[in-house]
Amino acid sequence: MNWVTHYNYWIVILLMMLGFYTIIARGNLVKKIIGLNIFQTSVFVLFISMGKIPGGVAPILRDDPTTIYSNPLPHVLILTAIVVGVATTALGLALVVRINEAYGTIEEDEIHEQDRFF
Amino acid sequence: MSTLIDILLLSLMGITALAAVRMKSLFGAVMLTGIFSLLSALWFLILDAVDVSFTEAAVGAGISTVLMLGTLSLTKSEEKTSNHSQIIPLFVVFVTGGVLIYGTLDMPDFADPLAPIHTHVAPHYIEKSGAEIGVPNIVTSVLASYRGFDTLGEVTVIFTAGVGVLLLLGIGRRREDGDE
Amino acid sequence: MTHHFILRVITKLLIPLILLFALYVQFHGDFGPGGGFQAGVIIAAALVLYALVFGLNTASAVIKEWVLLVLIPLGVLIYAGVGVASLLLGGNYLDYNVLAHDPVHGQHLGILLVELGVGMTVAAVLTTIFFAFAGRGHRDANGNLLPHSALSDEIRNRKDGQP
Repeated sequence: MNWVTHYNYWIVILLMMLGFYTIIARGNLVKKIIGLNIFQTSVFVLFISMGKIPGGVAPILRDDPTTIYSNPLPHVLILTAIVVGVATTALGLALVVRINEAYGTIEEDEIHEQDRFF
Repeated sequence: MSTLIDILLLSLMGITALAAVRMKSLFGAVMLTGIFSLLSALWFLILDAVDVSFTEAAVGAGISTVLMLGTLSLTKSEEKTSNHSQIIPLFVVFVTGGVLIYGTLDMPDFADPLAPIHTHVAPHYIEKSGAEIGVPNIVTSVLASYRGFDTLGEVTVIFTAGVGVLLLLGIGRRREDGDE
Repeated sequence: MTHHFILRVITKLLIPLILLFALYVQFHGDFGPGGGFQAGVIIAAALVLYALVFGLNTASAVIKEWVLLVLIPLGVLIYAGVGVASLLLGGNYLDYNVLAHDPVHGQHLGILLVELGVGMTVAAVLTTIFFAFAGRGHRDANGNLLPHSALSDEIRNRKDGQP
């Protein structure tokens, strides 16, 4: 157990917590979505870094039978997750736009303030 | 040497993310998120995930940045200072982070060829997909053939998200007159 | 036309190349890195770039909104249809082996069709999402995009008309 073998996980966790903090502590809705994006990308980094093999090459078959390939499975999972991620981010942003049209603000505090009168 | 590049790239990602989180100008934060995505695409490239890398470069640095800028143009581009106490969120974040780091102590080493992930299903794909599917790109054969059901589900999710955005923002349909 | 002159010229040069690259990524995805998801994203990026530089009105003249709205479900239907076709030919759902005379050819055909469906849906969804964001508040009551002059009129009217 030393830091050289685990630094990637720790940086991933740092990024995750940055995203998590932005989601729970910031009141601005766009900022929350930025936090969600950072969190999401850190999960991608975690998955892809688990698929690495030293001396491996990209998982595209070659004629040489001694080639070592990196693990293709995390690549598949994350490839689809990225595109799904942007689609769901767009959905969140659309909700932000509608909230701004209804309340005239994208700050959580001001939205709660307005809700109190109804 | 490669460890040095890895650490440099990951630290740059950390710095960019930190700056994006701290920045009050939403415009700047969105641009930093784009840079963050581009850096992560580079990191994927180093880790041999070529397919993932250029998807991330096109999506993260391209489309999602443009969508966020579109949102900013429809809303506001400055974040207001919140006067809430930051102690509880920070406490939650540090506790969660601590637990996660404790969890990584049991994880296999970075790039350990004997890690469980490399011994279960992946060898089958790497050894047999050439004969069974006949497509050199293993990622494509796993994506479209071995795990075709997964991908059908993902495409359905994208379809649903698209329909959701259309319902919320509307395109080519009557808009309700007189916003309340 | 005088604004962003360099940007316009470079964009005109780049867009055919981007689209060509997207098609290469789509149909060469079996052999090199690529596939439907990547190609769809690249096509959407090209259309978004076009709309950013030349305006939404020009872009929606290039690709009509109803075309996009047809392509979104069509991609999913092609994907699911390949599954149904393999059912009808006596295999399991999404089992491409039965699609052609021998399994490897069947797999090739199946993957090609499925990736085509994926690419269609992804490209159309992302472009539509961008059009929806960019066109928000710039449409008349029938959902048609307003020309720029009418746009400023409508903004003025909405500001005057609202309390």
